[in-house]
Amino acid sequence: MKKFILTIIFFILSSNVFSANEELKNKIYKNIRCIVCQGQSIYESNSDFAIDLKKLISKKLDNGENEKQIYDFLISRYGDWIVYNPGLNFNSLVLWLLPLIIFIIGGFLIFRLNNKKKK
Amino acid sequence: MNNKYKIIILGITIVIIFILFLRVLNSNKTYQPNQMIGKKIPEFILEDLFNKNTKLDSNVLSGKDFAVLNIWASWCIPCRIEHPFLMDLKDKNRINIIGLNYKDENGNAKNFLKKYGNPYSSIGVDKKGEVAIQLGAYGVPETYVLKKGKIVFKHIGPLNEDAVNKILQLKK
Repeated sequence: MKKFILTIIFFILSSNVFSANEELKNKIYKNIRCIVCQGQSIYESNSDFAIDLKKLISKKLDNGENEKQIYDFLISRYGDWIVYNPGLNFNSLVLWLLPLIIFIIGGFLIFRLNNKKKK
Repeated sequence: MNNKYKIIILGITIVIIFILFLRVLNSNKTYQPNQMIGKKIPEFILEDLFNKNTKLDSNVLSGKDFAVLNIWASWCIPCRIEHPFLMDLKDKNRINIIGLNYKDENGNAKNFLKKYGNPYSSIGVDKKGEVAIQLGAYGVPETYVLKKGKIVFKHIGPLNEDAVNKILQLKK
């Protein structure tokens, strides 16, 4: 009886681990652009390129690499374009921060001009 | 500080900010085939097409002053178009060409070389296409020029006269 319960617990736990791994795989596949297809991620594509990438990503995950390491590897080979959501890099940071900096400088100037006028 | 100088400094700051903004905004957001240029060739060890006991080691490629790495397959029609260019590079220009046989059957690859000639000094078998991905390739044919193990030029698609001239220029 003990053995039977232990076997069931083992199966439940291993199926949870398996589904978590599958979820992560699918999440990565959906974020990788199939560069030989039109507007498809490798998750949606059955092209040779997409199949090869899926196999490689799966192998890398099995070897213990994490999501970021896989994205870094693919970006180093194919550029930011391969990832749908490449995260913050220098270019995107500049695009986000510059309008804010201009807004602060502008606000400061208006504030100073107003103060001078009051005096 | 004089008001005049303040306005000049402010003007210059705004111009610099806008130039930076425009440069970042116009940066390339499409597939960049030159991503691997300037990088060292990735490490790999592949079985040789003609001799299972021999391996094609990327370290051997890294040691060479100048080499051309060509990804090809017998099933790839554009590879037949570029083949005469590869033969010329080998015969007329004595360029060391290493082949990467991509997702192919060994028998078909050997028959292809028997029929069209063998321009390669050695050929690694990339059955799963993993080394091609390591190289940043997405299909066949693709050609890389290596100088002391660094990728200095990449050509996507079948070689043509322009690409061959570029390779010869790089060899000088």
